[in-house]
Amino acid sequence: MEHLVFEFGPYPERPRPAAAVIVGVVGSGNLEALCESAPLGGRLRVEVSSSVHGFGNTWKAVLGDFADRVRLPDLLITINDAGATPAVVGLRLAQAAAELGAA
Amino acid sequence: MSAGYLEATARQRVARFFDAGSVHEWLGPSARVTSPHLAALGMPAAFDDGVATGRATLAGRPVYFAAQEPEFMGGAVGEVHGAKLTGVLLRAARDRPDGVVLLLDTGGVRLHEANAGLVAIAEIQRAVFEARLAGVPVVAVCAGSNGCYGGIGIVARGCDRIVMTEEGRLSVSGPEVIEAHRGVEEFDARDRALVWRTMGGKHRYLLGEADALVEDRFEALREAVVPYLGHARPLDLDSVRAEHEALGRRLARFGEAPDSLDIWSALGVADPARVPMLEPGPFVEMAAPLRERADA
Amino acid sequence: MDRIWNRGERDRAARMARARAAGLGRIVEASRIGELLAAVLVPGDRICIEGNNQKHADFLAASLAKLDPAVIHDLHVVQSNLALPAHLDLFERGIAKRLDFCYSGDQGVRMARLVKEGRIEIGAIHTYLELYSRYFVDLTPRVAFVAAHSADREGNLYTGPNTEDTPAVVEGTAFKSGIVVAQVNELVDRVPRVDVPADWVSFVVKAPKPHYIEPIFTRDPANITEIQVLMAMMVVKGIYAPYEVARLNHGIGFDTAAIELILPTYAESLGLKGRICRYMTVNPCPTLIPAIESGWVEGIHCAGSELGMEAYTAARPDVFFNGPDGSMRSNRVFCQLAGHYADLFIGSTLQVDPEGNSSTATANRIAGFGGAPNFGSDSRGRRHVSKPWLMAGREAARPGGGTMPRGRKLVVQMVETYREKMQPTFVEKLDAWKLMDEFGLDLPPVMVYGDDVTHLVTEEGIAHLHRCATVAEREQAVRGVAGYTPVGLARDRAAVEGLRDRGIVQRPADLGIDPRLATRDLLAARSIKDLVRWSGGLYDPPKRFRNW
Repeated sequence: MEHLVFEFGPYPERPRPAAAVIVGVVGSGNLEALCESAPLGGRLRVEVSSSVHGFGNTWKAVLGDFADRVRLPDLLITINDAGATPAVVGLRLAQAAAELGAA
Repeated sequence: MSAGYLEATARQRVARFFDAGSVHEWLGPSARVTSPHLAALGMPAAFDDGVATGRATLAGRPVYFAAQEPEFMGGAVGEVHGAKLTGVLLRAARDRPDGVVLLLDTGGVRLHEANAGLVAIAEIQRAVFEARLAGVPVVAVCAGSNGCYGGIGIVARGCDRIVMTEEGRLSVSGPEVIEAHRGVEEFDARDRALVWRTMGGKHRYLLGEADALVEDRFEALREAVVPYLGHARPLDLDSVRAEHEALGRRLARFGEAPDSLDIWSALGVADPARVPMLEPGPFVEMAAPLRERADA
Repeated sequence: MDRIWNRGERDRAARMARARAAGLGRIVEASRIGELLAAVLVPGDRICIEGNNQKHADFLAASLAKLDPAVIHDLHVVQSNLALPAHLDLFERGIAKRLDFCYSGDQGVRMARLVKEGRIEIGAIHTYLELYSRYFVDLTPRVAFVAAHSADREGNLYTGPNTEDTPAVVEGTAFKSGIVVAQVNELVDRVPRVDVPADWVSFVVKAPKPHYIEPIFTRDPANITEIQVLMAMMVVKGIYAPYEVARLNHGIGFDTAAIELILPTYAESLGLKGRICRYMTVNPCPTLIPAIESGWVEGIHCAGSELGMEAYTAARPDVFFNGPDGSMRSNRVFCQLAGHYADLFIGSTLQVDPEGNSSTATANRIAGFGGAPNFGSDSRGRRHVSKPWLMAGREAARPGGGTMPRGRKLVVQMVETYREKMQPTFVEKLDAWKLMDEFGLDLPPVMVYGDDVTHLVTEEGIAHLHRCATVAEREQAVRGVAGYTPVGLARDRAAVEGLRDRGIVQRPADLGIDPRLATRDLLAARSIKDLVRWSGGLYDPPKRFRNW
């Protein structure tokens, strides 16, 4: 397993989502992303556990674009990944953002 | 055309099966109670270890539920996954809701944590009986893409009721296992028509093992489960003996049949070859008067 | 000086006489196949063992592989597909030496090994139309081994729906004094229709088992992903709709299956019925059933057939090309030609480079081409006009200058930026170059050339490559839809935004498509069973695709 941590922001304050949001499932070529409010000094933090090694730069680019788009402060996203392609990652994050009210 | 139960994830199934807004999960994803074994094997964990558990209402009646996630390791039972299933059932035995609904979708025990998984199966089996003895009906829904195999196949048959779709499968050994042990002549696992007529919902309904066979739609599955709530079947020596005798009769009647088609024919099905193509409605209409009944 | 003008005929007569001397008539028992082969073959013969995409003369192939290489050797094999292990056994055992072919599929790795060991000398790797053409130029088979469904006592052949290459192979051979040997599944008093007349056929053998047919065009809708649905929506709204593409050729992967399955739903909601996808040149893919049943697709000509589609195609004679007997007749030559002159080709590939060249070649595997290069190229000999052809021609940048107005075929490549297991589809240099070096080829085996591609579609957007005025612009358009692959990350962001402003790169949002609405709910059928339902029970899928 490869464990990666990325932080983006800080972003200006905005109303926090009350409940945690989970999208996707851990299955071949898929992932689950759990989004929770956390005191992160306005930052958006993503923790990735992936069964596929060596794609740190790809994760950084995909997640960076996502963070820039939604600009959600104090959000912790934890990802269990079973080889999702960037297309699937992007789709799951878009679904999460919609549920968090940031689409 | 909205996707049915078969394609939905465990959490989507729970949300659409039970009353809207009634679902409360126990040990949900945020609890992060994950498998202690998978990380050591370099495999990704799931926040809920592949099973969503909790309470909800169904047609307004309080129920406890467990839903296995089909995509996570084929719904297979590991240590945490099994303990969550056991916990739901034991809590039901204590609290006595109107029923426990198990949305099963599994290949059986998770090979990566086999010993813990096997112990878990025994615990789940016992917990089913604890709940039933407490008068709580336990209803198994076997309508998922992995089927309902291995130890959980046995557990399902220990429940009060089984509800299936024609896409659902219920058995102990899976097709590949049978082929690996007994040869392709005995069972060709790639012949999926054979797999379904041997293990699929329609066969289980005709044999009297499934109590209801419905379309792959949430409303249809809900409507099939609701009447069973609050009505536990007896679980005593007499009922076990009656079940045993029924199985004996079945063996005497069909033990020599080489194929399900022969069994269906013996049951009086007019055109057995046409059965797989029948839609659930017309199928049940045809099959209901003919099928085996353990309680007959 | 008496010049001999009929050496071929004399040679054929000698071979036939040898067979007669061995006591073999037109109908040969399977048990005597070895004697027949010994009588009609000589070392160095050019042969074709009909190996199509689907139908295979498998009994004849296996029998040929059992020949004694001391007696029969140095055969030259000229056939489209090498799909059976027996085809390569011929080379491994020293019976055959030289090979001209199109496609090797699953045998690609073994073929590569045999080439390296010097057991196979490759003449050329062809596209289908090229090889069929050369049957009538310089690669005419001396002996052709073909497969048919049935034959009568005279030797008239009925191929059934899987006619495929048989007419091309037989015509080339029989009309140049060659010998045609047919394996059939059954001998009948009267064939349902004559696909090959008896006087073109030298010998008929009833094979011990029916010839093998592979169901290679069946795509289970259950396996279509949300990303594929998204790309299908982009193709329909971003390409089919503005160009009004009515006559087209579809590839056979899941990407195009997704397009077929959203015609009755998404395309219907866009009001496109009757304006797009009316005539197709494609195999009878089961995923076309909903579009046919709901009146979208009016006519389909097929290169081959598909297992389980026989009764369905027979019941839809207004759509398919069926014989007087009622069953379909496919023909790969005509279908390839029809597809070449259609308005649009769309297909998938494994690798794309920054120039837009694409290839399915991977290291250590000689896979060949098949039909995509003929479909996926601008048909420069075309003269009849249509709206999409004229529109693409008007739009196309003319880097070379010139004032003569031209039309242009739409050639669309549809790929996800990453394939399974995080293999990037976009690469700086195609593996085809490595293959060229490794096997001493004259050119890298490119499936579709970048300058033939008009549109590149990924989950990131559509690149209108034909509108790019320079190679540099084209490169940024390719990188602009290459997403998070290293090729995509190396894009010039400003240049790509400039292309976006000009509509040369379009994101899903630019097309008014919300990726979150791209769900499987849009598929008119989500399972094989749904396809059976759409067909009214006429489609009888192979057992391996059932889940009921």
